[in-house]
Amino acid sequence: MTTEAGAAIAQTLDHGGLAKPGRNIRGTFKLGDLALRVIAGLVLLFLFLPILVIVVFSFNDPAGKFNYTWQGFTWDNWADPFKYPALTNALKLSINVAAVSTAIALVLGTLVAVALVRQRFRGSQAVDTFLVLPLTSPEVVMGASLLTLFLDIGWATGYTTIVIAHIAFQISFIAMTVRARIRGFDWTLEDASLDLGSGPTRTFFKVTLPLIVPGIVAAAMLSFALSLDDFIITYFVSGSTVTYPLYVNAAVKAAVPPQINVLATAILVISLILLGVGTLYRRKREV
Amino acid sequence: MVLPALAYLGVFYVVPFFSLFRTSLSTMGGSIYLPKLTFAWDFSNYGDAFSMYREQIFRSFGYALTATVLCLLLAFPLAYVIAFKAGRYKNLLLGLVILPFFVTFLIRTLAWKTILADDGWVVDALQWVRLLPPDGRILSTAGAVIGGLTYNWIIFMILPLYVSLEKIDVRLLEASRDLYANNRRMFGKVILPLALPGVLAGSMLVFIPSVGDFINASYLGSTQNTMIGNVIQKQFLVVKDYPAAAAMSFVLMALILAGVLMYARALGTEDLV
Repeated sequence: MTTEAGAAIAQTLDHGGLAKPGRNIRGTFKLGDLALRVIAGLVLLFLFLPILVIVVFSFNDPAGKFNYTWQGFTWDNWADPFKYPALTNALKLSINVAAVSTAIALVLGTLVAVALVRQRFRGSQAVDTFLVLPLTSPEVVMGASLLTLFLDIGWATGYTTIVIAHIAFQISFIAMTVRARIRGFDWTLEDASLDLGSGPTRTFFKVTLPLIVPGIVAAAMLSFALSLDDFIITYFVSGSTVTYPLYVNAAVKAAVPPQINVLATAILVISLILLGVGTLYRRKREV
Repeated sequence: MVLPALAYLGVFYVVPFFSLFRTSLSTMGGSIYLPKLTFAWDFSNYGDAFSMYREQIFRSFGYALTATVLCLLLAFPLAYVIAFKAGRYKNLLLGLVILPFFVTFLIRTLAWKTILADDGWVVDALQWVRLLPPDGRILSTAGAVIGGLTYNWIIFMILPLYVSLEKIDVRLLEASRDLYANNRRMFGKVILPLALPGVLAGSMLVFIPSVGDFINASYLGSTQNTMIGNVIQKQFLVVKDYPAAAAMSFVLMALILAGVLMYARALGTEDLV
């Protein structure tokens, strides 16, 4: 997933992806209606074909170094998903980077979002536009410009520079996502709480935080996924440090073990479970 | 409250562009192991970038444009069905659209390498129905690269399209029916104009990452299909000719900006974000 995908997903979930389920328009032209559904189905198939291949090939028993052609079924790869320490370490590092950068970006991004939603201040329009910019600059250019900065000031590229770069693209993303989520809230609830004698601290923890937490959690999850998946920007600022996508890229030139597919499938399944739990939780709250 | 984030973006988003600009006007000295940059208002890097890589620049814009149009053509029916025909399966379908993107972008692209392989079933089938000559291949062609770009960014087209279609008030469609509009007129006069913000947003979200991409070209293409991204990446990280690479990056940014402005002017700038 790249930066823009996350923003698009967040926007969609927000614009009532989960609302108004029973809205249909009837087609008067039966054949056209059918054709439309068939095309939509084929496009979905197109989206899923590679995923299917990835899952199936996690059970492949490849003959050579590359897991590209089907040789035979085996459970071995799943029995030993952490067979290659370099791959495991790269994944661990990516999770580490994602956790640290998400935590920092979450604080910075949420503060901006809350400020933008709660009061219109002088220049808030400009802040809005400025926040969108990193989401619309091509990743090569962002990576390249960060690299020139680090070269200019003489910083060695590695773990720290990767985290710095990830925070830079996550801030905008988190600010936009959280802002979209909390836009419609009734902020007079805070005034009510203050009027009823709660102090500002108590009001923040008892009123404000519970209101914005669901939005923050969603933003954090997507932002974590963005960091875990980022290749292009990381590639420029990583030096000799190897993250999970960088390991995959290096593997393409040397050897692609099926464990790559195993871990990718596992990450997919975990995301699916988290997504499912999140949806159920939301539904329960709404009921 | 806004200051910490703005300061951060100032230092690690705005300042890097100045560094990039400075680098693009510098001259290289020293050795490849210990390069030394001297700032010199040297605009020749820009001329060189244009003259040496004109082919890659045109190719990138051609590929990205084709991928954007393909995304629009493929995404519209799906977004339309999800918004208007899916009923209670709407959320399930949206989930299905998003799901593939939880697999790392590189691994998804790698899977296409398997699917389109010379001895794979897709090529075999196409050869069998004579759509592809017996020695024809898909991998390492422009088609494979454009297909990869289309695949990797189609979600950015589906989602904004869905959002703008979802916002359409169904009563408007009923009104157009009552006024005797047939399907085609309803689509052309009501649905399409109202979906335009989604088309605009989706096109930009597909075009911008496509034009700067280098993964699809290097995994699915041959040396005949290299794009600007490949050049920038190679100049920065392999050849280490920083001024030339920085100039290329600026050319890319400027061209994208010009393209986006022209497109936005043609379609109107409301709902740009």
